[in-house]
Amino acid sequence: MAQGAFSRPHSVLPGFNLALGYTLFYLGLIVLIPLSAAFIKTFSLTWESFWVTVSAPRVVASYWLTFRTSLLAAAINAVFGLLTAWVLVRYKFPGKRFIDALVDLPFALPTAVAGIALTAVYATNGWLGKPLDEMGIKVAFTPLGILVALTFIGLPFVVRTVQPVLEDLEEELEEAAKSLGASNWQTFSRVIFPTVRPAVITGFTLAFARALGEYGSVIFIAGNMPMVSEITPLIIITKLEQYDYSGATAVAVVMLVASFLLLLAINTLQWWARRRRNEEAV
Amino acid sequence: MAAVFPPTPMPTAPLQRPAARRPIRWAPIVLTGIALAYLALFLFVPLAAVFFEAFKKGAGFYWDAIREPDAWSAIQLTLITSAIAVPLNLVFGVAAAWAIAKFDFRGKSFLITLIDLPFSVSPVISGLIYVLIFGLQGWVGPWLSEHDIKIIFAVPGIVLATIFITFPFVARELIPLMQAQGREEEEAAAILGASGWQTLWYVTLPNVKWGLLYGVILCNARAMGEFGAVSVVSGHIRGETNTLPLHVEILYNEYAFAAAFACASLLAFLALITLAIKSIVEAGPPSPPTPLPKSGEGGVLLHKAFGLARNN
Repeated sequence: MAQGAFSRPHSVLPGFNLALGYTLFYLGLIVLIPLSAAFIKTFSLTWESFWVTVSAPRVVASYWLTFRTSLLAAAINAVFGLLTAWVLVRYKFPGKRFIDALVDLPFALPTAVAGIALTAVYATNGWLGKPLDEMGIKVAFTPLGILVALTFIGLPFVVRTVQPVLEDLEEELEEAAKSLGASNWQTFSRVIFPTVRPAVITGFTLAFARALGEYGSVIFIAGNMPMVSEITPLIIITKLEQYDYSGATAVAVVMLVASFLLLLAINTLQWWARRRRNEEAV
Repeated sequence: MAAVFPPTPMPTAPLQRPAARRPIRWAPIVLTGIALAYLALFLFVPLAAVFFEAFKKGAGFYWDAIREPDAWSAIQLTLITSAIAVPLNLVFGVAAAWAIAKFDFRGKSFLITLIDLPFSVSPVISGLIYVLIFGLQGWVGPWLSEHDIKIIFAVPGIVLATIFITFPFVARELIPLMQAQGREEEEAAAILGASGWQTLWYVTLPNVKWGLLYGVILCNARAMGEFGAVSVVSGHIRGETNTLPLHVEILYNEYAFAAAFACASLLAFLALITLAIKSIVEAGPPSPPTPLPKSGEGGVLLHKAFGLARNN
């Protein structure tokens, strides 16, 4: 790509310096300088005290809990999100437009509201919690409750990444596969799924990244027992409330590095998907 | 069966197909059922629960819970916060989209990644970083306390954390839209002698007004509903630094469930209005919408995932 060689700072249009200057100024002021504060604060710790803080058993238990519930929630959303996208694109049923619009609810509903609503529904006296409790399944105030909250907040990602790809998918391809004798399952696994796979993976990764940092919807339903149902963002809050700013920052830096690596993975993934598509187009 | 219908001079094979297929068309019903059950378990039932719990003790109790002074001051603070954060991020979004969509320069995709950063930072950390700068032990904390300026555990900190959290929304909506629209119209305006501001005001903004509106309402919904980041910097002083989501938490922790859900229902109502506007914007603006770059293209996937794009 000879993009650099063709770059034209001298366009007919005015305002480049002002617009880019203001963008960089505001970005630096609001995002970059404050974020760098977290890293600079960590340097005030010795390596030993940093390591002792971020590898304390209670903190490690919270990483593992946050990681596995986020991963599982993203996996649930990948499977059912793909299915929901398929149903919304291909089938007609009453109230479809309304339901399609409501899929975005987790983006619009404040996390604290989601948290208390899910707790009310899944507590042992709640609408869904009561029958589940009678079956011997406790949801609220257990790690399972965290899974429910993280599934809620990650729900729209896979649906919304897969939906446009399915809309573009030509039905002729499926008909061709079927007319050549493919079963429904073969048509799905050989024709449909390969096309939507990059979108599913992107949606999965986004849902996973969102779940890792989630706080508001989880703390109400989690029960927040140390070693059992205490997520990493709550560890940061607890340390802050004890005025242990360096401890909170150390744990925050571990989380930041993890989410930056994920962001990098998302961008690489999309770059890879774009390249693959371009190769196919050629 | 087929014999009942009189003259159908078709060969038997095509006739058999629908007859044979009809009994096994269970797949749509089963799949739709599973999808609806999944959405019900995680979306519809909790949403209904908010309004049910809010009105459990009757409409009178509901109104009292909302008009109570602490709740009212929380509503006011929430409105003030978003009234500051949303316009600032709107101006930023337009500037960033103008620079990125209308000009070529090195490091453009890196800049877009940086703009997305706040999406990948935990809300708790978004609050923490401002405490590290403005808090008593922070970089400028001692200077601020000498001059009697309060930022953390006060309204400015809440506004700052909210700006950080909602930072990418408008920019994220406008950049792909303005990139898809190209530069020809602006270049024509410039050649015809329009100034930069005139071009922006009369050419660019009318073209992107629906995307802009959508970015703004989404930014606003998030600004009014932010919990984690605001919780870290607020200090939870009742009647002073409590936003509506924080007030919901306090009531809930005091076991005032009906009052907590009454305040929560206001926020849920705001969310529903946001979704309704989104739905209207998507359904069809009066002017034909400009097509987005082909769906599936890099940024658009991410973009769609945040619910920021239209479905056409």
